[in-house]
Amino acid sequence: MSEVLVEVKNLKKYFTLDHDFFGRPTSVLKATDDVSFSINKGETLGLVGESGCGKTTIGKMLVNLYEPTEGQIIFEGTDLTKLSEAKRRAYSKDIQLIFQDPYASLNPRMTVGDIIAEPIRINNLLPKEKIESRVTYLLNCVGLANHQRNRYPHEFSGGQRQRVGIARALAVQPKLIVCDEPVSALDVSIQAQVLNLLDELKEEFGLTYLFIAHGLNVVKHISDRVGVMYLGKLVEMAPKKELYSNPMHPYTQALLSAIPSVDPNTKKQRIILSGDVPSPINLPEGCRFCSRCFKKIEGCDRDEPGLKEVSPGHFVACKLY
Amino acid sequence: MKLKDLKADVEENSLQQALPLEKPESRLKEMWEALRENNAAVVGLCIILFLILVAILAPLIMPYDPNLSDMSKSFLKPGPDHWFGTDQLGRDILSRIISGARISLTVGLSAVVISLTIGVVLGSIAGYFGGKADIIIMRFMDMMLAIPSILLAIAFMAALGKGIDKAVIAIGLVSIPEYARIVRGSILSVKENDYVQAARVIGNKNSRIIFKHILPNVLSSIVVRATLGISTAVLDTAALGFLGLGVQPPVAEWGDMLGRARGFIFTAPYTLIFPGLAITITVLAFNLLGDGLRDALDPKSRKN
Repeated sequence: MSEVLVEVKNLKKYFTLDHDFFGRPTSVLKATDDVSFSINKGETLGLVGESGCGKTTIGKMLVNLYEPTEGQIIFEGTDLTKLSEAKRRAYSKDIQLIFQDPYASLNPRMTVGDIIAEPIRINNLLPKEKIESRVTYLLNCVGLANHQRNRYPHEFSGGQRQRVGIARALAVQPKLIVCDEPVSALDVSIQAQVLNLLDELKEEFGLTYLFIAHGLNVVKHISDRVGVMYLGKLVEMAPKKELYSNPMHPYTQALLSAIPSVDPNTKKQRIILSGDVPSPINLPEGCRFCSRCFKKIEGCDRDEPGLKEVSPGHFVACKLY
Repeated sequence: MKLKDLKADVEENSLQQALPLEKPESRLKEMWEALRENNAAVVGLCIILFLILVAILAPLIMPYDPNLSDMSKSFLKPGPDHWFGTDQLGRDILSRIISGARISLTVGLSAVVISLTIGVVLGSIAGYFGGKADIIIMRFMDMMLAIPSILLAIAFMAALGKGIDKAVIAIGLVSIPEYARIVRGSILSVKENDYVQAARVIGNKNSRIIFKHILPNVLSSIVVRATLGISTAVLDTAALGFLGLGVQPPVAEWGDMLGRARGFIFTAPYTLIFPGLAITITVLAFNLLGDGLRDALDPKSRKN
C-alpha cells in the first residue's frame, strides 16, 4: 500500500505504583506491554479492547502526554522518543488528539473561538489577521456556526462540544489524529453524526486516524484495519473485512459475538466470557487471556504467544495458530 | 449536510456576514457588565473607592491635626465638635481614622500583593511539577507554618529593622505558606482535567499552561483568600505596632489605635468602636468585591 506515516516499535509503558525504601519498584502496572504496529498515510487504524487494556495509553504516548518506558515512535522517519522536550513539542502540530469526554476537554474559561484559535496562535501558524477567518472556516467544517464563536463551552451540548474538540485538533493541520473513544460519551444518535463528520474530514484534510474504541461495532464503520488489544498487548490485527469475517483469536471471537445483530432471524452463538480480567499488576505467566479463554489448550498457561502473521496482513497472538 | 455544501455555506456567510456575532463586546467589558449587576460587589467597590479617596485627600479633609494632643480634651464623647470623640491624649479620633486610612490601606494591599505573588508562584511550581520541587517547596512552607506567624514576623523584623515598610514585608513573607498551600491544592485538583492535557497536546509550554489554563480555573479560591488576607494584614500590622515594631507613635494606624484603646473598653468604648468599624468596613468591602469578582470571572455564573 502507501507509505508508512507512523510506526510504533515495542512500545512499553509501565507505571510504578509502589517502591521499596531504596526506590526499587515493587509493584508495576504494565499498561502497554511491547506493542508494535504501523499506520499508513491516509489509513484509519481501529484499536479496540476493554477498559484498562492500554489503548488510551498508546494514544497518549503518541501525543506526548505520557513518556514511553521503552520502545520507539517513528513518525515520518524520526524517532520521537529520542527528541528533546522542545523539539518533541514541535511535533504536536503533526499529531493531534480528540478526547473522549467533551465535557472535560474544553477549558470552561475560554470562548469556543479562543479554544480553536489557540493552537494556531501558539504554534505561529498564521499571521494574526488571518486567524479569524481560519477559525470561521474550522467552525463551519465541523458544522458549527460562526456566530457561536463567542460562547463558552457550557452553552453547548455534548455533540457540539465534541465538534469544538475536533475543530481544535484540526486547527494545526495535523497529519495524524488520535481519536480516543471520541463518541463513547455521546448518545447514539449523535455518535453517528460525529462518526460521519470524522469520515468526511478525513477525505477533506487528507488525515490519518488512530481510532480507539472499546467495541468492535463503532470501529467497523470507520476503520481500514483493526487491532484488538487485551491487557496491554496486541492479540490480533487484520484488515477490517478479514477480521470481521474470519476472527482468529478467541478474544476477538468473543468481542464479535457481542455485537447485536440487526436481523432477528439470524441466531448468533454468543460467546460469554467467564471470569474477570486479571489485574495488570503482577501478571500471570503464559498467555494473558488464558484465564478466560474457552479454547485453552495444554501449555497456554506457560508460554506467552507472540504475534504471528497467519495470512497476509493478518496477525494473531495465539498458540492455536 | 455534506462538507461541500457546508463550504459553499461558509463562503456565502463570509461574503454577506449573514449572522452577526452574538456577543461582540470585549472580555473586559463583559466582566464589568457582570460585576455591575452584582449589587453587593458594587457596594464593596464604592466603599473601596471612597476609602481610597479619603486616603488621598486626607490632609484636606481632616478636621483636626491627628497627632495634636490636648489633655484637657481627653475622652470627649462623640458630639458636634468631635464626631467620633477624642482619645486618652485628647486627639480627634475622626482625624486619626482619616489619616490612618492611608497607612492601613497601603499596608493591607501591599502585604497581600507580596504574599500573593510569591505564594502563587511557589504553589504553582509545587502543584504542577510535583516530585522533588513539590517536596522541597512544601516542606519549607510547613516549616514556616510551624512557627506562630506573629513570632516569625517579629523574627523577620529583627532581621530587617523597624518601620512600617519593613513590617509590610515581614507580614507579606509570613503569609506566603497559606497562599502556596491553597494554590497547590487547587492546581492538583485541576491539573488532571482533560482540558489541561489538551493544552499540552496542542503544544503549549508549561508556563502558559499554568497561567492560561490552570490558574484562571482556580481563581475563586485565591480571590477569596486574598480579600480575607487584606484584613489579616491590617490586624497583623496592628499587632506589630502594639509590640513597637510597626508604626511608630504618634502616627495613626487603625490597628494600633485599636490596640491602645483596649484599656478603655468600658469607660470610653468609642475610642475602640470607631477604629474597629473602620477595619470591619474595609474588610467587608474587599470581601464583597472579591466575591463579585470571582463570579464575574467565571463565565458559568454570569447571567446572560
